[in-house]
Amino acid sequence: MTKLKDVADVIRSKNAGPFVLTFDIFFHDPKVYQKVKKQKCINEELIKRLYHVSDEEILGIVYFDVALAIKFNLKRKICSGDFGDRDIYGAQQHVPLFEVELFKEAKEED
Amino acid sequence: MDEVRIISPNGILGYGFPISSFKLGLDLKPDVIAMDAGSTDAGPYYLGGGVSFTSRDAVKRDLNLVLEGAHSLKIPVLIGSAGGAGAEPHLNWLVEIVNEVLFENNFDFKKAVIYSDVSKKYLLKKLKEKKVEPTTTEPVLTADAVDKSKRLVAQIGVEAFIESLNKGANLIIAGRSLDIAEFAAFPIWKGFSKGLSLHLGKILECGAIASSPGSGRDCLFGVMRKDHFLVFPTNPKRQCTKLSVTAHSLYEKDDPFKIWSTDGYIDLSESKFEEINDRTVKVSGSRFIPTVPTRLKVEGVSLVGHRFVSIAGTRDPYFISSLLQVEKEVIEQLHENFSDVKEGKDYSVRFVNYGIDGVMEKPLDTAPHEVGIVMEVIAKDKNLAKTIIAFIRSTLLHTGYKGRKSTAGNLAILFSPSDFDGGKVYKFSVHHLIEIESEKEVYKFS
Repeated sequence: MTKLKDVADVIRSKNAGPFVLTFDIFFHDPKVYQKVKKQKCINEELIKRLYHVSDEEILGIVYFDVALAIKFNLKRKICSGDFGDRDIYGAQQHVPLFEVELFKEAKEED
Repeated sequence: MDEVRIISPNGILGYGFPISSFKLGLDLKPDVIAMDAGSTDAGPYYLGGGVSFTSRDAVKRDLNLVLEGAHSLKIPVLIGSAGGAGAEPHLNWLVEIVNEVLFENNFDFKKAVIYSDVSKKYLLKKLKEKKVEPTTTEPVLTADAVDKSKRLVAQIGVEAFIESLNKGANLIIAGRSLDIAEFAAFPIWKGFSKGLSLHLGKILECGAIASSPGSGRDCLFGVMRKDHFLVFPTNPKRQCTKLSVTAHSLYEKDDPFKIWSTDGYIDLSESKFEEINDRTVKVSGSRFIPTVPTRLKVEGVSLVGHRFVSIAGTRDPYFISSLLQVEKEVIEQLHENFSDVKEGKDYSVRFVNYGIDGVMEKPLDTAPHEVGIVMEVIAKDKNLAKTIIAFIRSTLLHTGYKGRKSTAGNLAILFSPSDFDGGKVYKFSVHHLIEIESEKEVYKFS
């Protein structure tokens, strides 16, 4: 089983303004990136499960071929700096992505 | 002019940079030094408080080196988002430091100072004309939210910088600006492609963060040409790679294909990133797509209350397993003890338990061996915040629970005094786009 942290060079989160969290995943191997893209390994269902969010809170998942990158955005549940916020810069929300399992055998047969 | 050479000394004015890197950059004969001095990343406090998140001495240190370099090469300096939040008090603070450096070194520059504050009256008029919309997911702006704002400031684009250059200014200090504006203004003024200039601005605005290993306190160098630009770090220990530069093109923004300016966006869908040697990346194909109307982002904050904080830890496995329950009981005791004030109306209170739910709210299944507890109170006034933080700290310390063995106290309290005055608390109240005819509606020269 391949995990995202084993094949992605960069996995990060950050504010895109105070109301949005943006997540970036970069690959160096075009073959791996294309496989992840083709199988839609990073998808709405996964993000909903990892981040406990609803469809409305996911502001888009984009596969960016030029950079071999995937970007997705989440509406912040709490605006940066509002009472209850735990990460003003949004820079430490990436960790649940590390353990994401890619390329399950069943999926490869699809 | 066949090319424009730009040095970005660091990510934010005041973050510092190695003198050796900056000297190597000056040896490459830059035509301009550009610097970003601000961000909303540090949260709403700084715009509300009228202070910078950088230190005065650190900013002065950077400015001494930058202005000395610019003076010796006779090149202009462009600085955007002065003082962090870029409103009037922040800009005045930075201008005062600049004046000190100029006076102490006897440097002669022609200065331009650009304010980008927005009045409540102006924003209310825009609201009435239905020329205000959320940037992304913000609530729809109301007149009440505008009225309650402590301070409002707009992110200006390249227009005011270009007007300053036309007037012959060679030290331009602007209030809140688009990160990319102070970098793109000079090459656009010299007639280079707007799309490529703005894209280069995006790469340069955080200094060497767009290199590998990345750093916000080191220099990045850009060479703007007719149909492409080059970018590389001046420090030989770093390199720009296709990954580091493309990664930065996506940094802190929600749409990977677009970098927004005030009157359009850069289309990155045809951009080409090439490594031309082991330290330099060449970028081409980025195009500017104009949009109508021109829009500026307005940022505003409103006062929420006054914060007190207390910090403690525990290693007691019995207490750790009961901690979330004990904290609930502390809040119940708080309500009972101070029944004349109401949580939610007069104050807010929370425990952030590092080791359990500190960085992310949802706890993991594994039990931590140690937990750090940050207690926070935001109340309508300082006295109430102080009263409540003292109550929850002492109550959490001494509340009993099932299976308790450590009956002398639950907490390792970190400091004396144990409670900290966090000062006034603000929240973002405005983060909206306004439609404008021209940026001249907003910016003013001093």
